Amino acid sequence: MPDIVIRAEGIGKRYRIGSLQTGYQTLRDVVVDGARSVFRRGARDRGPEYIWALRDISFEVPKGQVLGIIGPNGAGKSTLLKILSRVTEPTEGYAEVIGRVGSLLEVGTGFHPELSGRENIYLNGAVLGMRRAEIRRKFDEIVSFSEVEQFIDTPVKRYSTGMQLRLAFAVAAHLEPEILLVDEVLAVGDAAFQRKCLGKMDAVAQEGRTILFVSHNMSAVERLTHETIVVEGGRIVKRAPTSEAIDYYLTIGMEQMGERLWTHDEDHTPSPFEPVALRVIGPNGAVASQVPTAEPFDIELEYKLTESITGLRVGIYLSTSKGERLLTSYDTDDLETFRSRERRPAGRYISRCRIPANWLNEGRFMLGFNASSFGVRSYFTDEFALNFSTDGTGAPGSQWPEARSGPFRPALEWEILEAVN
Amino acid sequence: MTVEAIPAQKHIIKPSRGWLDLGLRELWDYRELVYFLIWRDVKVRYKQTLFGAGWAILKPFLGMVVFSIIFGRLAGLSTDGLPGPVFYFAGLLPWILFQDGVSKSGMSLVAGRSLLTKVYFPRLAMPLASVSAGLVDLGLSFLVLLGLMIYFSTSFGGQWWAAPLFVAWGLLASIGVGLWLSALNVLYRDVSYVTPFLLQAWFFATPVVYPANLIPEGPWRLLYSLNPMAGVVQGFRWAMLEVGEAPGPLAAISFGMTILILLSGVVFFRRMERGFADVI
Repeated sequence: MPDIVIRAEGIGKRYRIGSLQTGYQTLRDVVVDGARSVFRRGARDRGPEYIWALRDISFEVPKGQVLGIIGPNGAGKSTLLKILSRVTEPTEGYAEVIGRVGSLLEVGTGFHPELSGRENIYLNGAVLGMRRAEIRRKFDEIVSFSEVEQFIDTPVKRYSTGMQLRLAFAVAAHLEPEILLVDEVLAVGDAAFQRKCLGKMDAVAQEGRTILFVSHNMSAVERLTHETIVVEGGRIVKRAPTSEAIDYYLTIGMEQMGERLWTHDEDHTPSPFEPVALRVIGPNGAVASQVPTAEPFDIELEYKLTESITGLRVGIYLSTSKGERLLTSYDTDDLETFRSRERRPAGRYISRCRIPANWLNEGRFMLGFNASSFGVRSYFTDEFALNFSTDGTGAPGSQWPEARSGPFRPALEWEILEAVN
Repeated sequence: MTVEAIPAQKHIIKPSRGWLDLGLRELWDYRELVYFLIWRDVKVRYKQTLFGAGWAILKPFLGMVVFSIIFGRLAGLSTDGLPGPVFYFAGLLPWILFQDGVSKSGMSLVAGRSLLTKVYFPRLAMPLASVSAGLVDLGLSFLVLLGLMIYFSTSFGGQWWAAPLFVAWGLLASIGVGLWLSALNVLYRDVSYVTPFLLQAWFFATPVVYPANLIPEGPWRLLYSLNPMAGVVQGFRWAMLEVGEAPGPLAAISFGMTILILLSGVVFFRRMERGFADVI
């Protein structure tokens, strides 16, 4: 019987919606609200509204297990990690965590831009809970892992984002906690860096440490973990071997296939950009959850601008069902469109793109929606807004009744030549 | 236990209740973090400034020059028979420790929100480190005070050994007020606007530019001594320069007030701490 290092019993976290919206209050709000409630007393005394971000979370993690945590955006995954790392308190319930806890919640937390790389290693190490002697002992190792040797005495504010990331990850990776909480760190950095992170996490897992791994990257979850928890709506809805859990999770979103709509009445952050819908349009012009690969089909993004935006680009992410990104494309990629649509006045728009025939393979795909002004502001992102599947009838090579591997199945131009000699 | 031994910690996570767990033990466990935060504040304080650490000296020095002209020459306030510059400078040392400590620690949690919402550590470490970082400035300007005393050939107080005690007292007062303000600032950002006015009023309620004996004896004096910094500044001057009265019952009231503010500050801070990450 292995030792249990994390035991959670009935953990719940309640947020007040009001305080979620505005964050802090000003004294004036309190005075005004107070005065209002005095005058309104008796009429309609609605208390503050609460939402449960987490409810009835109970689970155990044995020592040495690498446990995946997946679920849709806003399901409460990050809140769960924050409670386990003691950043925030649960509203109810009880948990026991045995051993030193290290968090890879967000790389670079605690870096001070004015300090040099060397100084930041010490500072960040201390913030993450390392002792001075420990940092000193591992210093060289950290520096060589981060590949920033030459700039170690340069202020971090002169580093590129990539360098800051590498340095931060290097510190965190050498923390050697007994329990490591990892939240979506792999979403940042280039492919080489992500491979390095995954490799390091593999190594940590091999050493028999316990890891909780939150990610939207299904292939990373599949690679690193054997067992996975699915969180939805603040509750654990499934705990199963990873491949089974991923399948379960992907079917949660199935009802939304073909079309995804956003409503804005409850949306509280005012934004000049409001997404309306994301649709897959089949060859017959109707919304479809399944499209044939042998014919072209359209992807439609509908949105509303409440004020005019300069430099707006709206686009899609196409990913496999495991969450691996296949492509990113924007409506102003074309230079001419980019110039003519430099400023988009307020109004309702549809950006539509065509996926060519004989291009995707048969399978399940995920579509994401993104809107931003490059280098200025990101208005909206939902990486996995919608699922759709493709039917490979009539795809190139369907004379052989076999499944083809890979996400693409394009009709490439082949030539067969008679080679001389 | 060696420094590097990592105890097998067991954390119990549950909603906390009660008022009286001050969490000082845990703070002690995290003393290295406090040390690093102080070190960071000191390092960063004068980065990319032209005069660098010179500001630690320039700030009280310029203050002294202005006071000598306005309050000494124009208003003709008494300086207890001391050369104006020495009198003002000796008052400014503990006052600046307090003023910087309170304003920096008051902002510390909000300024460190990215840390606060992502990593766990005893939250007390942040305001505590901000206040303590001011000791380095104090040390530097203390040398200037010695220089001024030699230049104006002022005699040393026989109780100079007591000066560090008054500095420590000033530190306690700064931490107490800083804890209140930093926790309140998380909830109400008004604190950032109120603090400068608060400190300005507090400055005039503290005997920096005038001797305490300007305050009439009796109930006014009693009220006056409720200000912790009145005791600190008076005591520091008495220790270094042997002017004013030796600390007596009024100083005790002042000290009692300090402890009251400090303890209530810690309790209030600990009570509010639970929600910091959620509302900041």
